[in-house]
Amino acid sequence: MAKYILKRIFYLFLTLFIIATLTFFLMKLLPGTPFSNQNRMSPDQLKIVKAQYGLDQSVFVQYVRYMGGLLQGNLGTSFQFNNEPVTTLIGQRLAPSMQIGAQAMILGTVLGILLGAVAAIRKNTWVDTLATFISILGLSIPSFVLAVLLQFYLAYKWHIYPVALWDNFQSSVLPTLALAALPLGNVARFMRTEMVDVMSSDYIELAKSKGNSAWKVVTKHALRNSLIPIVTIIGPMAVSVMTGSMVVENIFSIPGIGEQFVKSITTNDYPTIMGLTIFYSFLLVVIILIVDILYGFIDPRIRLGNGGKE
Amino acid sequence: MEQIPDVPKEKFKLIHDENNSEQEKIGTPSLTYLQDVRRRLFSNKVAVVCLTLLSIIVLISIFAPLVAPHNPNAQQVTLSNLPPKLGNLNIPGFNGYQNMGGKMVDAYKQVGAPKDSFYLLGTDYLGRDLLSRIIYGTRLSLIVAVLATLVDLIIGVPYGIVSGWKGGTTDTIMQRIVEIVSSVPNLIVVILMMIILKPGLGSIVIAIAITGWVTMARLIRAQTFQLKEQEYVLAARTLGESSTKIATKHLIPNLSSTIIIQTMFTIPNAIFFEAFLSFIGIGIPAPNASLGTLLSDGQKAFRFLPYQMWAPAIILSIIMIATNLLGDGLRDAFDPQSDD
Repeated sequence: MAKYILKRIFYLFLTLFIIATLTFFLMKLLPGTPFSNQNRMSPDQLKIVKAQYGLDQSVFVQYVRYMGGLLQGNLGTSFQFNNEPVTTLIGQRLAPSMQIGAQAMILGTVLGILLGAVAAIRKNTWVDTLATFISILGLSIPSFVLAVLLQFYLAYKWHIYPVALWDNFQSSVLPTLALAALPLGNVARFMRTEMVDVMSSDYIELAKSKGNSAWKVVTKHALRNSLIPIVTIIGPMAVSVMTGSMVVENIFSIPGIGEQFVKSITTNDYPTIMGLTIFYSFLLVVIILIVDILYGFIDPRIRLGNGGKE
Repeated sequence: MEQIPDVPKEKFKLIHDENNSEQEKIGTPSLTYLQDVRRRLFSNKVAVVCLTLLSIIVLISIFAPLVAPHNPNAQQVTLSNLPPKLGNLNIPGFNGYQNMGGKMVDAYKQVGAPKDSFYLLGTDYLGRDLLSRIIYGTRLSLIVAVLATLVDLIIGVPYGIVSGWKGGTTDTIMQRIVEIVSSVPNLIVVILMMIILKPGLGSIVIAIAITGWVTMARLIRAQTFQLKEQEYVLAARTLGESSTKIATKHLIPNLSSTIIIQTMFTIPNAIFFEAFLSFIGIGIPAPNASLGTLLSDGQKAFRFLPYQMWAPAIILSIIMIATNLLGDGLRDAFDPQSDD
C-alpha cells in the first residue's frame, strides 16, 4: 500500500511538471507582448518593465525561473491586478469558490443518494420514472442555464435571494443550487444502478428472510454497500463543479477563482491564466489520488497494487 | 476401397416423428444482431421520442436556409427587441404585446413595424429575427458537435486499439499519456487552446477534440484487451492475418456498439463546451449565432426581455436531454444485459 501511494505521488508530480511545462510554452507561443499600452512607453521604459517581469531573458531562462518559482509555491506575478502575486490572488479568492463548491457537492450527493435509493427501492413505478427524469434533467441542463433561470425567478422576480452579491449564506444559495444539479443527477443515476444490483443479491434476501423490517434491510445492508462505489465518481464530479463554477461565479458576481479565471482570459493576463491552470490541475490530481487511496481503504476487495484503476 | 452393398432405394424409409418436428420448428424469423438491436431500440418509447425530436432538429438545421424565415444576421435597428408575435392570432405571450411600465403595449405598433411583419420568437437588440438566429445557431452548434465527435473517433479509436493490441511497454507509455491528458480539467485545456488559436469554428472543434478522445481511447483499449483473447482473433492470427486487417475486419465491427454509445455521449458534451465557450465570450465570434452566443446575449437582457433567453435555453436543454436519453436507449439496446 505504501509503495503504491509513493508511486502515485511520483506520477502526480510528473503529471504536474508536464502540465506546467506545456502551459508555459503554450503561453510563450502567444503573439504580442502583454503590455497593451506599449505605444505610450518609451523604449527605455519598456525595457525596464520587461526586465521587471524577467521578460528580457531568453525563453529557456524564463522557463527555469518559472519552474524554480513553482517549486517554492510562487506562481508568478499578475499583469493586471497591481502586480499582485498570482498566489495572493488565488488565496484571496479561494474561500468563496470552496464554499459554494463544497456546498454544491454535499447537497448534490446527499439528494442524489436519496433520489437514487428511492428509485431503486420503488423500481419500475412512477417514483422511479420521476427520479430518473429528475436525474436526467440535472445531468443535461448546463449549470449556466440553470443559474440564469434561478437568478431570474428566485432573485429578480420573487426576491427570495439576492441577485448578485457575496456576503452571507443567503447569497450562496442560488449558485449552490445551480452547481448541485449535476452531482445530483450523476449520483442519483449511479446510486440507482448500484442499489438495484445490491437489492437482488443473496445477502439482502437473507436479511429479508431473517424477518428484518424493510427499513432495516435498506438502511443497514443495502444502502451501505451501494454507497462505496459512489466514492469513485467524486473526482469527476469535483471537476464538473469546478468547470461549472467558472461561469456560475460570473453570473452571480462571486469573487471566486472561477470568476478570476474568466476575467484573466478576457484581459489576457497570462501569468494568472497559467497559475490558475496549474492550480486547478493540482487540485484535481490531488482529489483523484485521495479518492483512489480512500477507495482502497474502504473496500478491501480492491487491490490497489494492480494498477488501482478500473 | 470397400464395396458398398447395393441397397435399393425402397428400403429406406423416413421415420417421421410428428411431435419432434413440431418442437424443432422455428416459429419466428431469426434476427441478426443489428435487427435485434433495432427492435429493442424501437420498443423503447423514450428513445423513439428522443430520436424523433433529434431527427426533426437535425433536419431543420440541415435545411436552415430553406426553413429560416429571415436572414439571421440581417440587422434592422428600428425593429429591435420586439416580443414574439404569431401572425394576427391573439395568443398571450405571442401577440406582440410587451409589459412597459406595468401596462401591456403593442410593441410592434410602437416602433411602427409594417402591418404584416411579425417575428415568431421576436427580435434581438439589433432587430435580428430570433427564430432564424436560433435555427442557424442550432446548426452551428450541431456542426461543432459532429466535427468534434468525428475527430474524437479518428484519434480515439486507433489509439485505443493500438494501445490494447500491442500491450506491454507501448501500452504503458500510451496510458501514461492518456492519464496526463485526462488529469487536466477538460475545460481548462479547451480554454487554453481557444486563447492560442484564433476564435472560430475550427478552433472550437480542435479545442474540444484535443481532450475529448481520451475517454473513447480508454473504452476502446479496455474492449480490445478482451477481444484479443477471443478465439476468432486467435484464428485470424494463426492464419497469418496482418494486425491492420484484424483490426479493421474483426476488432472494429465488434467495437462498434461501444463506439456508437460513446459517440452519443460525446455529442452533448461537445455541444455543452461550445455553448460554454460562446457564453463566456471566447467561442463563435460575432455576428454568427450559436446556442451559446444566443444564451449569452439573452442573459444580458433577461430581466427585461426574458423571451430572448427562453428560446435558446429550451432548445439547448432539449438537445442535451434527448441525446443523453437516446444514448441510454442505445446502450440498453446494444447490451441487453445492462438492463435490469
